[in-house]
Amino acid sequence: MNRTRIAVLLAAGFVLFVAGVTAGEAPLGLPPVPIPEDNPQTPEKIALGKKLFEDKRFSSTKTVACQNCHDPAKAFTDSPLSVSEGIKKLTGTRNAPTVVNAAYFDKQFWDGRSPSLEDQALHPPLNPVEMGLKTHEPILKIVRSDAEYKKAFQQVFSKSGKAITMKEVTQAIAAFERTQIAGNSPFDRYYFKGETAALNDAQKRGFDLYVNKGRCVSCHVIEQTQAIFTDNRFHNVGVGINDIQKDVPTLATEFLKAQATLAQVDVQVLGDKRTSELGRFAVTRTLDDLGSFKTPTLRNVAATAPYMHDGSLKTLRDVIVHYNNGGVTKEGDPVNDFLSGGIRPLNLTEQEIDDLVAFMEALTSPEYAALVKPAAGKGN
Amino acid sequence: MPDNNRRDFLKGAGAVAAATTLPLSVVELAFADPAQNFTFAYISDSHIQHVKGTQFVRNWDRGLIRAVAETNLLTPKPDFVMFGGDLAQLGTKEELDHGAEMLAKLNYKTYMVMGEHDYYLDLGEYWSKLYGPHYYSFDHKGVHFVVLNSILTFDDWTYNRWPTAKQRMLEMAGLDNPNGSPFMVGDKQRQWLAKDLEKVDKATPLVVFSHSPIQKIYKGWNFWTDDAEQVQALLKPFAKATVIYGHVHQIQYNQIDNITFNSVMATAWPWPYPQSYAQAEQHLPKLTVPMNRANPFFERDATGWQFIDVATGKVAMKYNLYNNTNRVVAFDPATGKPLDSAFQDLAKQIPPQVHY
Repeated sequence: MNRTRIAVLLAAGFVLFVAGVTAGEAPLGLPPVPIPEDNPQTPEKIALGKKLFEDKRFSSTKTVACQNCHDPAKAFTDSPLSVSEGIKKLTGTRNAPTVVNAAYFDKQFWDGRSPSLEDQALHPPLNPVEMGLKTHEPILKIVRSDAEYKKAFQQVFSKSGKAITMKEVTQAIAAFERTQIAGNSPFDRYYFKGETAALNDAQKRGFDLYVNKGRCVSCHVIEQTQAIFTDNRFHNVGVGINDIQKDVPTLATEFLKAQATLAQVDVQVLGDKRTSELGRFAVTRTLDDLGSFKTPTLRNVAATAPYMHDGSLKTLRDVIVHYNNGGVTKEGDPVNDFLSGGIRPLNLTEQEIDDLVAFMEALTSPEYAALVKPAAGKGN
Repeated sequence: MPDNNRRDFLKGAGAVAAATTLPLSVVELAFADPAQNFTFAYISDSHIQHVKGTQFVRNWDRGLIRAVAETNLLTPKPDFVMFGGDLAQLGTKEELDHGAEMLAKLNYKTYMVMGEHDYYLDLGEYWSKLYGPHYYSFDHKGVHFVVLNSILTFDDWTYNRWPTAKQRMLEMAGLDNPNGSPFMVGDKQRQWLAKDLEKVDKATPLVVFSHSPIQKIYKGWNFWTDDAEQVQALLKPFAKATVIYGHVHQIQYNQIDNITFNSVMATAWPWPYPQSYAQAEQHLPKLTVPMNRANPFFERDATGWQFIDVATGKVAMKYNLYNNTNRVVAFDPATGKPLDSAFQDLAKQIPPQVHY
């Protein structure tokens, strides 16, 4: 007992120590944050990244920062919007994914068209419905001339003037994003620390369903020592593409012929709802990827409504019902031809659906607990 | 001439490499006479299975629906589609009609091969109403195509052994079943084949479609045609002969003398597959030999369909595989046998796994 206690205390001390230096170590339930070798975390770089993340001058109207759609006060999303709003109230086609724990994704964006957080940060400034710049030049002009930025870039990268490029800008933003890590949810305390009282009965039943009958865990992965709640893969789960089934032959064929670059894909998928629904196919042009999107993490999901890549489902219950129907939102609607093999009717009862929702509400980290409305549920 | 072939193959190999980065976009193979080149798609082994009323096994339905929808998206368009047999699971009217309804969505002319699951309930009678003769031949852009019904067996087994048609069907559907019987093309059909091939110039590329392999692999599962040697003998006079078969639900390729053998994937389930916890009701046939393969969650894993380039009279099989890397098995004139474009290299082979 004593020994365990000491070990825990030592571990806690270690985490705090590391957190103080790099903020790179992980809370309960999460693996160490992957840090690219060429972009080590430093407190100064993280602070610079935060400042860049919040800077509205990096948009054509000087009104939109990264933070507009990834608002720390809303668990780094723009909840309750279904799709994000950029300059001049222009809207895109996709629901802003949270920055929290995004560091664990192999690929960024719903369709994985970006290989890293660094690369990801290059694109929203240039997208016509997001920050609306024609080139990155206005951003570079600001960071090369603004006194505070000049000082910070000198300190972090030992660079000034033309030597500062988007590489340094995006490295700093990514370093900041890698500090937005949140675990330590009631589920983590239950599963990884053995605190049996951390979950209520409905949540415990929900966990059993999550692993067994509901088969959620097949994509939203939980492992023995940590859980990132994603398989980092792409699946057609019958959202979005269900609405454009008749258009798929035309849209897909056009895409195969067009041979668009990834930068063009970025503009096309956020600019046109129908093209957006092609999902990862727009990136890989592989038929297996038609209508497929990245498995999002479920951590803090209760704080980030609405759901799915297009924000089309308002509540967690709606999501479970969609899966229970085998990949259609309204029971009896036609299933899309390209549905992923793992999606099939689950035959969950109403009680079981409620239990699964209760389980997902146990995935909220203390940092975001205040954002979650107490469930008007049936409790235990 | 061999030099020309080799050069052509290498050009083709280059184009195939490009195709792997842009799957299913334009694949243009540069050959001496481009007018001779064409592609066709091949879907096989859907095993549409009736449960009751209007209910069919969802997994098998989804496999065929997806293959049909994807085939319709092919760019450039294939010249036609082959269906390689076992459209149905137990050969009933319900199953064949349901399958036919899904196949009717193909935007291409479709040729059908008879499978044992289509045949042994009513000996192909209803299938014939939908699709016509059980074996036939046709010519397309200078290639002679033959479709065989290779799943026949001894008359005594077929006509005298079983009290009901349904039991006959079930016995033939079983694996490692002592009550089963080996597949064969049979005397009558071989005579027809000999006659059909008589009038074809031996320099004409010949492609034979059958359900079972016209070679002997494993008798217990009827990966087998009993008179394979006799059929092969009829194909031997041809300079370029290829046999493409279904039934085995996996990628196989082989070269026997001048004859190249290629198999196609199934849309229903892979052979072999592992016994595993499946989390949902399964309709997989009883597994008699457990093997380590396929993902139990993603039902389309280790299934697929294929499109086929016919160039210089030999084929390049392009396998569209779900949750896997697409593969190409193409005839290599240099070595005179079919080769997997990625895995022929020992260094690229994935070693067998001792545990999972």
